[in-house]
Amino acid sequence: MRGKMAWENRVLVPSAAMRRRHFLTLSCATLGGVLVYSLDRKVSLLRPDEKNKDKMLRIPLRFFDEAESLLVAAAVSRIFPSDDGGPGAKEAGVIIYIDRQLAGPYGSDRYRYTQSPFEDAPPEFGYQGKATPREIYREGLKALRGFDHLSADDQDAALEKIETSVFFSLLRQHTIEGMFCDPIHGGNADMVGWQLIGFPGPRLNNYDEIEKYYGQVFRPKPASLREVSGHSVEAGEDEK
Amino acid sequence: MKTLRKADVVIVGGGWTGLLMAKELGTRTALSIVVLERGVPRSTEKYADDMDELDYAIRLRMMQDAAQETVTLRHDARGRALPLRRYASFLPGSGVGGAGEHWNGQCPRNLPDFFELFSRTKEKYGANRLPEDHAVQDWGITYDELEPYYTRMDRLLGLSGKAGNLRGQKVEGGNPFEGRRSEEYPTPPTKQPYFSAMFRDAAKSLGYHPYPVPAATTSQAYTNPDGISRPACVYCGYCERFGCMIGAKAQPTNVLLPVIEKKKNVAIRKGAWVRRIAHDGAGRESRVLGVTYIDAAGNEIFQPAEIVFLASWTLNNTRLLLLSGIGEPYDPGTGKGALGRNLTHQVSFAAATAFFEKPLNRFMGSGASGMLMSDFDGDNFDHSQLGFLRGGLLEARNTGAHPIGEFGEVPQRVGARWGSRWKKAAVEYFDRTGRIVVSGEHLAYKGNYMDLDPTYKDRHGDALLRLTLNWRENERKMAEFLTKKAVEIARAMGATEVNAFPGLRNYDARRYQSTHVQGGTILGSSPESSVVNTYGQHWQAANLFVLGASLFPTAGGANPTPTILALTYRTADAVAESYVKRPGPLL
Repeated sequence: MRGKMAWENRVLVPSAAMRRRHFLTLSCATLGGVLVYSLDRKVSLLRPDEKNKDKMLRIPLRFFDEAESLLVAAAVSRIFPSDDGGPGAKEAGVIIYIDRQLAGPYGSDRYRYTQSPFEDAPPEFGYQGKATPREIYREGLKALRGFDHLSADDQDAALEKIETSVFFSLLRQHTIEGMFCDPIHGGNADMVGWQLIGFPGPRLNNYDEIEKYYGQVFRPKPASLREVSGHSVEAGEDEK
Repeated sequence: MKTLRKADVVIVGGGWTGLLMAKELGTRTALSIVVLERGVPRSTEKYADDMDELDYAIRLRMMQDAAQETVTLRHDARGRALPLRRYASFLPGSGVGGAGEHWNGQCPRNLPDFFELFSRTKEKYGANRLPEDHAVQDWGITYDELEPYYTRMDRLLGLSGKAGNLRGQKVEGGNPFEGRRSEEYPTPPTKQPYFSAMFRDAAKSLGYHPYPVPAATTSQAYTNPDGISRPACVYCGYCERFGCMIGAKAQPTNVLLPVIEKKKNVAIRKGAWVRRIAHDGAGRESRVLGVTYIDAAGNEIFQPAEIVFLASWTLNNTRLLLLSGIGEPYDPGTGKGALGRNLTHQVSFAAATAFFEKPLNRFMGSGASGMLMSDFDGDNFDHSQLGFLRGGLLEARNTGAHPIGEFGEVPQRVGARWGSRWKKAAVEYFDRTGRIVVSGEHLAYKGNYMDLDPTYKDRHGDALLRLTLNWRENERKMAEFLTKKAVEIARAMGATEVNAFPGLRNYDARRYQSTHVQGGTILGSSPESSVVNTYGQHWQAANLFVLGASLFPTAGGANPTPTILALTYRTADAVAESYVKRPGPLL
């Protein structure tokens, strides 16, 4: 944890309980296996096996409403498509990852310097805008109305139109994060992202292997932080 | 405001320099010592739970929180400075141990001529070869004077490596350009990742002199002179932006804290945010009286002290002196005043991103396992026909490639950043990409400096530090030259495609370079051109000492920590052996 001291003037957002609850309904078969949080935040792993294949998952959303989540899910599926090269944003559950990040401290810019004045600046000064990631998504999604009903080609054309926007650069960055983060963050379901690229996760010891596999593929079976450490680890987005 | 009982010594900052000073004075003297650290406690035992790329390497959980305090940046004195709303181009640490907890542990020494940069350059090339607006000056201390302290630093950390110049004898396999070392490294070199081994073979085939990175990620179990034992590195690949889960990487919390915690005369206060250094006036013979800080509960506290050490990293050292009104702020117009001058940031960039046919298994590695070469560092090559001075280290390491940060760069011909074509190439190349990185010298210029920002404030309402910083032709040409060399080596390594660094334009606050920001409270031989003497002792206030890279008049190609710790040892000796007996100017 960072050394947080109370920020007296921090604006509180309405808690999830104060909002109308929204769910994203997904077929279990599309996800590589997902950590599902029930309403009381108990966690269970659903795998896409025979028994669950036709089961529909109702995943409680923390930030998006259902319509927004469908737009974002469709957009990230074009950025990182599921194709003959392997699974993509859909199987990894990138939408679940993004929803949780936006609901958490990152989404509200808790750790960004947000004092005014805000001024326009050349790109090398970094993002200087006032809008938080939550606000950038809400605004950006307006331009994608109806996106989830377009053909794949039309979807790509729509994304090309916003390719240089701050919103798109966040979408692309968050897609990569949701593909390859530790599964505690809601993305990389069943470690499909890590399996795709041969990343083993937080592997504790490579002493005997580092000089042994010169020029040859060495692909230990991926294991998540929870599996490696043997206990649950708090994810940053759950920070109160 | 509450006033506490007077301490003999107050140290502002609990990172490498502050804790090394606390250990040295705490064990060698009976002085009562208080370390004030504004971040949280940390310990090696908890680091195994932190092997999460998203929260640590991307969301930067161990770093300073920009929401509470950041810096502003402009490219020249005419421009309007804007805040770095997130840290990105450098990442200041926070918490006990500071950035020393999440560093890579790469530990080369600076070259001997680096300490006499002005006079050696003038002697060899003539003074008019230095850029017109340079602010280069000699350190006032030489490599040979620092060598014994470097050696103590090597032993404290148990550095792994291979000497190339042992007591004047050249040794095969080490760095032939390094200064004379009085001793071999305490432990042998680390194991080599495949990418680094390929670099070594290719560089040798081209006639260069690669050598193993001097590493604080120790190659075998080691017990240092304080009796502190650490295990061998296991190459898990979680060094940079992470604490070491087994304590193989030397960190302030594993080599200094255990010694300090046994000493009753040293106290570390966490959550203590120092705002001012109190002093008795602005005259030439001033004294500091102690420091004021906000404690973890939000109370304002005055901690009186006989001696104050500022050890709060380059930027905060400079800022605290500016906020406290100690010393004359630098004026770039007149050249008067020394506080804030000579801001530098090591010239670091990925010179060649090389794509291979064979897999690299690059999740295995450590922050400092790999190869370096110094053939194009400093003045190790002739510059008479070149349009620039100095150079940099070429590095081939495998720090442990994590997928969020590393996924997505593809050969330029792919021409896509998203969609199926990009995905295919990015997946294919994820484990077939290696980077030859440059760590280059940054000369000091009259126009690169720090002062207080007139607009933006921190969480307490104190002015942010303003950086006026940009690259000059010397760095741009040097980067272009080193990029060509790196591409040449990448080709010799068998890379099928290479993305070359596009070149330095304006200073880019978005691109992580290194956390080697230097200058501001520079050391030197005279109060007119420096803030402190070579002991880090303030010219105007003899009971105030400054520690860290804020003392560096210019930035070297070598990583600064070894030189920082060597200087800290030297100051500790002078304080423990001379100053406490006869307080006053050491020079």
